Amino acid sequence: MTTAAARKTSRTPDSHDYPTRSYDLVKEFVIALALITGLSLVLAAIFSSPDDRSITMSGWAKADPADAVATAAGELAGTTTSATYGAPYNHASEGQSVIGLKLQKWGGVGIPINSADLVIKPLRDQSSDPSTTRDLAAWDALSADQQTAAATAYADALAAAPDGDPAQVASGEYGPVPALTQDFLRVAESGGLEGSLTSSGDFYGGDQTRSMLLLSDGAYLEDTAVADNLGGDQWGMMNEVGNYPGQPWMWLYTFWYQVKPFSTSENADTQVWALMMLLTLVLILLPWIPGLRSIPRWIPVHRLVWRQQDRRG
Amino acid sequence: MTSVPSSSGSGSWTVALRDRMSRTIPSDQLLPDRQPAYVASWIYVFGVLTLAGLFVVVGSGLVLAMGGSTWWHTSSLGHYVNSVHLWSTELFFACMVIHLWGKFWMAAWRGRRGLTWVTGAVAFVTSIGTAFTGYLSQSNFDSQWISGEAKDGINSIGIGSWFNVLNPAQMLMWHIVLLPLAVGAITVLHVLMVRRRGVVPPLADEEARS
Repeated sequence: MTTAAARKTSRTPDSHDYPTRSYDLVKEFVIALALITGLSLVLAAIFSSPDDRSITMSGWAKADPADAVATAAGELAGTTTSATYGAPYNHASEGQSVIGLKLQKWGGVGIPINSADLVIKPLRDQSSDPSTTRDLAAWDALSADQQTAAATAYADALAAAPDGDPAQVASGEYGPVPALTQDFLRVAESGGLEGSLTSSGDFYGGDQTRSMLLLSDGAYLEDTAVADNLGGDQWGMMNEVGNYPGQPWMWLYTFWYQVKPFSTSENADTQVWALMMLLTLVLILLPWIPGLRSIPRWIPVHRLVWRQQDRRG
Repeated sequence: MTSVPSSSGSGSWTVALRDRMSRTIPSDQLLPDRQPAYVASWIYVFGVLTLAGLFVVVGSGLVLAMGGSTWWHTSSLGHYVNSVHLWSTELFFACMVIHLWGKFWMAAWRGRRGLTWVTGAVAFVTSIGTAFTGYLSQSNFDSQWISGEAKDGINSIGIGSWFNVLNPAQMLMWHIVLLPLAVGAITVLHVLMVRRRGVVPPLADEEARS
């Protein structure tokens, strides 16, 4: 169809057929740029921006040593969130699915992580400490099943102890696990964990996947976030610390996590993603969706925009 | 100086591209000094304000890039530039959302402008991704918490191995290279489409016609 023919069949008038008036696009842009620049400079000067320092492993170990020890025991037992996560870290679970599609599992284990290594590897890097070397040798002497049994027993005992205090744990068959977790606590307090956990293992770090999984397995990070009103059920994904606006454009994504069935679903993440992908597709293809594309005709907000034109018409 | 004869019709790819470009958007439509008389509402300003916001976001980001990824934690000037980056982003999104709602109520996809709407919507979604990777690249408590939460969403759809939100080095590259390039390219396309078709005429005129 030619352009002329298309114009004849289209109900929408051609904008080039209307009377025109002088309009300086470049001037408009320069004024807009000056306005936004000025506003940004003023808002930045008045309100600044949040920058709460990151939690260090040393800070965690000193602020909540019981949590650090319990997390280390859980990593050795294979009972932490990351140890039982599934793809992309391990095969421990099938992961989330939506309408029978096991997207998480199908993504594969592209970042393989053994949760026990989050504790053992940093300790092996402490080769100059005789007691750590001795504890590691005792750990290595156990079979895999014995390691799991000892670590699980100790993790359970810690959970039952008053305030999770390692000093008040009931006696039991824990093998070298209590000693290893204390070694881990000592390394964490000294600030030696971060370097050992960067994935590259060489001079340059950058990938914090292992550090973040370890930190997230503990309760300290979440407790700190919840205290700052950043919890998942506190619209945390779109907020920042303090009274800053954060990412309000993510309100709809965050909203679904606050309501049933998503707020109680084990597959909430994949369900919310699927729903948001669908809604995004609806937004993009809106001009061709019957009903939705007619809303502006049914609710004539457009009359506010073209008031003068409508009066003349 | 001897004039060079036109190479039109000689199979020149350059001429073919130039001809195609001038056919698609004639030069007087690319940067016109007149607009239809119905372009007379404050709602029209939010498109250009969004574009201006993008310029300030990119500009402040370029200054931050010169100092490096952790400069703003240790320098008061760097912190101020980061604040400008944050607030220009907030203004950029505020203007874009108002622009988007305005175009929705104007049914601005009429008159073969569907792809203009599509590029605008894709620019909006891509901008959200760009801002999100920025929050992951802050190397502070916020980015620790946001990345820890976000990994579950990204991993749940099976792309965590390739888009690892716990790897701030990867997220920074997405934030300062890949996604800004995508947003910039889509924005250019969007503006060119607006210039090609012109500003959509009043809905009442269409209803009167039908």
